[in-house]
Amino acid sequence: MRLRVNPIACAAHGLCAELFPEWIQLDEWGYPIVDDEPIPPHLQVHARRAVAQCPTLALVAEKA
Amino acid sequence: MTTPARAPSATQTLRLLCGFAKTRQPASWSEHLAEHGPLPSGRRRRGGDPRLLELVDKSGLTGRGGAGFPTGRKLRTVAGSGRAAVVVANGMEGEPAAQKDALLLAVAPHLVLDGIELAARAVDANHAYVAVHRGSPASAVLRAAVAVRPEPPMPVTIAELPAHYVASEESALVHWLNGGAAKPTFVPPRPFERGVGGRATLVNNVETLAHLALIARHGSEWFRQVGDVGEPGTMLVTICGAVRHPGVVEVATGTAVGEVLRLAGGASAALQAVLVGGYFGTWMDAELALSLPLTQAGLRAVGGALGAGILIALPDSACGIAETAHVLGYLAGQSANQCGPCVNGLPAIAGALTDLARGSWSPARRGDLDRWLGLVPGRGACRHPDGAVRLAVSALQVFAADVHRHEASRPCAGALVPPALPVGAPVSGSWR
Repeated sequence: MRLRVNPIACAAHGLCAELFPEWIQLDEWGYPIVDDEPIPPHLQVHARRAVAQCPTLALVAEKA
Repeated sequence: MTTPARAPSATQTLRLLCGFAKTRQPASWSEHLAEHGPLPSGRRRRGGDPRLLELVDKSGLTGRGGAGFPTGRKLRTVAGSGRAAVVVANGMEGEPAAQKDALLLAVAPHLVLDGIELAARAVDANHAYVAVHRGSPASAVLRAAVAVRPEPPMPVTIAELPAHYVASEESALVHWLNGGAAKPTFVPPRPFERGVGGRATLVNNVETLAHLALIARHGSEWFRQVGDVGEPGTMLVTICGAVRHPGVVEVATGTAVGEVLRLAGGASAALQAVLVGGYFGTWMDAELALSLPLTQAGLRAVGGALGAGILIALPDSACGIAETAHVLGYLAGQSANQCGPCVNGLPAIAGALTDLARGSWSPARRGDLDRWLGLVPGRGACRHPDGAVRLAVSALQVFAADVHRHEASRPCAGALVPPALPVGAPVSGSWR
């Protein structure tokens, strides 16, 4: 699994970085910087939670 | 680096423009037929035209809009979609410095329309569009040309889009044709997968399609007789800045930048740098640039990009940093305002470069600039921010000596005169 941001939909709510800081940081304007490496199995539950909680559905999980 | 098939000469090779460029009048239908002969006959078939697809593959034609993707491969992808496709000829030419597509459409509209019909035949499309800026002279020329041609096998619609810089990006074209704003969309799906009306859509630059019209007539061997082995044929190049005769020339691919500048009358002043590839391209030190071949591969080898074939010659008297700051300001204003890193990052970068150009600088400011240049690329829906950053990064490298002087609050004299690089008039208003 990998994470990707739809930058058009993203409105910098920042929840993703709260929920999955191991993989997502915010830039100085509040927009997520997402590691595009495949996510190891033990962290995928956090990735799924971040995807589900994004208020604008801008965080997308893709098959690695 | 690739080697040219034969030594490129310091003359133009006029395949597309023929003698029509001199008059700047559109070739009439009869002049077009007298020059090029009739279009080889054919008809639409399900799954496309295998003979035509093979011909384009063998020709080695690559896209002339900026990316340089092999046209044959693009055609095959769209032809294999399993249902009728759509063709979009991109004549938008968003770059303020670029003029080559405008000239091509002005003088050879029938060649472009031939190419559109052939592309539609090749991929089995039942509708084709030519996208041009709203109110541009090209739309009237194209309408007149369509009116005098024999009925095409598929309708050809002239689509007039708002002239925003990013509206020429292919997903933006498709979004507009589907009734949306002329702004880039989140991809995938890319247009060749799901485009106009949800169907596989071939988006090609108008020059690419004009080459296709000649390949169908004269064959792939003929096409490969001039130009670079890997990226054969001729190409249109726009030359502006400090040359005696700015304008558009048609040369064999692989021709050295210096030769192309000679065709534009040569430099009108001592040159310090050349902006190769336009505003999505890179600054190159003049000495290095003059010997570079105009091919995607040759320019990539030195960290450059061919872009849409634009060369801008910068004289010694100008300040490369001030010019770049000015262009970055323009590009920041041309954002579609959709993606945070672009909306916030480009104005920040443009502001820092402007401060640097003025000599109001601090080490902390340099830290900010370097951080932003690393932060922005790859984080927009389209490549607009990436291209703007590439330009800024190349300026800091090529004008490094100037940067040191500016950082020490000693800006060069060129920073005090109005910038010379063309930026378009601001396009305001509707994205529909």
